[in-house]
Amino acid sequence: MRLYDTDIRSRLLLGTAQYPSPAVLTDAIRQSGSQIITVSLRRETTDGSGAGFWSQLRDLDCLILPNTAGCHTVKEAVTTAHMARDLFDTRWIKLEVIGHSDLLQPDVFALVEAARILTEDGFQVFPYTTDDIVVGERLLQAGCEVLMPWGAPIGSGQGLRTPDALRAMRAHFPDTPLIVDAGIGRPSDATKAMELGMDAVLLNTAVAKAGDPAKMAHAMALAIVAGRQGYEADPMDPRDLAVPSTPVLGLADLN
Amino acid sequence: MITIAGAGLAGLACAYELAQRGAEVRVYDRASEIGAASVSRYAGGMLAPWCERESAEEAVITLGGRAIDWWSNVTPVHRRGTLMVAPARDRAELTRFARRTSGYKGVGGAEIEALEPALAGRFQQGLFFDQEAHLDPRQGLIDLAQAAVKAGVDLRLGHPAPKQVDLDCTGMPAGDQLTDLRPVRGEMAILHCPGLEITRTLRLLHPRIPLYLVPRGDDHFMIGATMIESSSTRPVSLRSLSDLLNAAFVLHPALAEASVVETGTGLRPAFPDNLPRVTQLGGTLFLNGLYRHGFLLAPAMAMQVADRLLPETQDAHHRQRQSA
Repeated sequence: MRLYDTDIRSRLLLGTAQYPSPAVLTDAIRQSGSQIITVSLRRETTDGSGAGFWSQLRDLDCLILPNTAGCHTVKEAVTTAHMARDLFDTRWIKLEVIGHSDLLQPDVFALVEAARILTEDGFQVFPYTTDDIVVGERLLQAGCEVLMPWGAPIGSGQGLRTPDALRAMRAHFPDTPLIVDAGIGRPSDATKAMELGMDAVLLNTAVAKAGDPAKMAHAMALAIVAGRQGYEADPMDPRDLAVPSTPVLGLADLN
Repeated sequence: MITIAGAGLAGLACAYELAQRGAEVRVYDRASEIGAASVSRYAGGMLAPWCERESAEEAVITLGGRAIDWWSNVTPVHRRGTLMVAPARDRAELTRFARRTSGYKGVGGAEIEALEPALAGRFQQGLFFDQEAHLDPRQGLIDLAQAAVKAGVDLRLGHPAPKQVDLDCTGMPAGDQLTDLRPVRGEMAILHCPGLEITRTLRLLHPRIPLYLVPRGDDHFMIGATMIESSSTRPVSLRSLSDLLNAAFVLHPALAEASVVETGTGLRPAFPDNLPRVTQLGGTLFLNGLYRHGFLLAPAMAMQVADRLLPETQDAHHRQRQSA
């Protein structure tokens, strides 16, 4: 999988928030095999006061995808992205512009605007968006080369609420990396996303809030590999009626 | 003579434990008043190992189990248990919490009312951790200092420690030597609400803003606490404070009329596993990383320190405790 100019082996991107401890987080990242971890910049830590935690993340030998989680306006998101670039020395930014604080739904209008500003400024933008194809088009026009549609609202663990829309998105954007971001609750949700032909899955709460985060991280990694291989293997289509799986040839001749 | 840097919770607990085992102990602290510079002044003072187990390792129970008895010899401990409740829409959170903890019994509306009449009709489901307790952290630290002095500890307030000490209990400042120590910012508030009768620690489960409220006596209640990976000591942020106050209001609407008499911010020193650790570096032993479990884990850690510094007292002391 190629994201901008970087080749990535693991199709699981892992968030780093809400774990019981940094030690558990580290263990979960190892078990996930993820090469990309997301790090949220809260406004209050952008002065560098989060350095203690971040230095532990930097030691993990993963690529860091900073995100603008919790930003509600274009200006906030752009400012946070600049701080992230300075702090983590990367052009990557996961762009989140939240439109409603209970739904945590993306404000797609502000998102497109912020994506344009950041792309022109040399950022490689990973936009957290809905499954709306027209919005996807606008984001590509704004310079994005990756799209991250939601599966369900952030942290809800509902799985894929609109698989048909994601399938349509895959068909409409055959050459753009599509990463399902948000809503994954169980490994089977991740498998379904991959079976739809998504390129990768980004998740956080499903692992962080599991009773055994490291084991769940491993389960997610396996589920994603299973879904991807299933997709590549060109699965059969469902049928309405039964078709015998035993060959007719060689049946006992009772006459 | 055993010398200790830092007269906060860790330093005083170790001094007291060592003195009780017959050692000569001297404690240094830059601050001239007990608790003035200690992060424990912002603590909840909960002795709640079974609740804490939800997001911490089993060690909080194995190490924290004896804290209630240890503190009872030092300062008033209120053995009232912890009552955990959740609004109807967050009942799933309660089920999850119950699955991951032990030492509770499930309670319904009538039992909640019997435990805390002020909550009558407000919550229909909860968990009651009846073995838990709480203390007043500021009084507790003063009482601990007095107990240590009574046990013979030479307490040197207003005196920076010499360069070389036997035991370093300075918290975050020791981060220069303990490189994997990090600060976790916590914010709290103290409310004054005359007429509201709540007698034990209450916890409100909420997916975004879990809250605890600890009665401090005299109509005062402490509410807390945020957990932010940050070294900033700036005053509490508007977002954190409004989250805490909103959650308190969900717990009881009478708190809407409370006065916010204090807000505070502290940095909890923590290691990557969020558990405390005793480390030997050169000629100095370090006790650090008490994180959000200071009052809960300081007694067990002080015993570990005493076992290391006075190995000859270890067995005798354990025998004595077991027969006591």
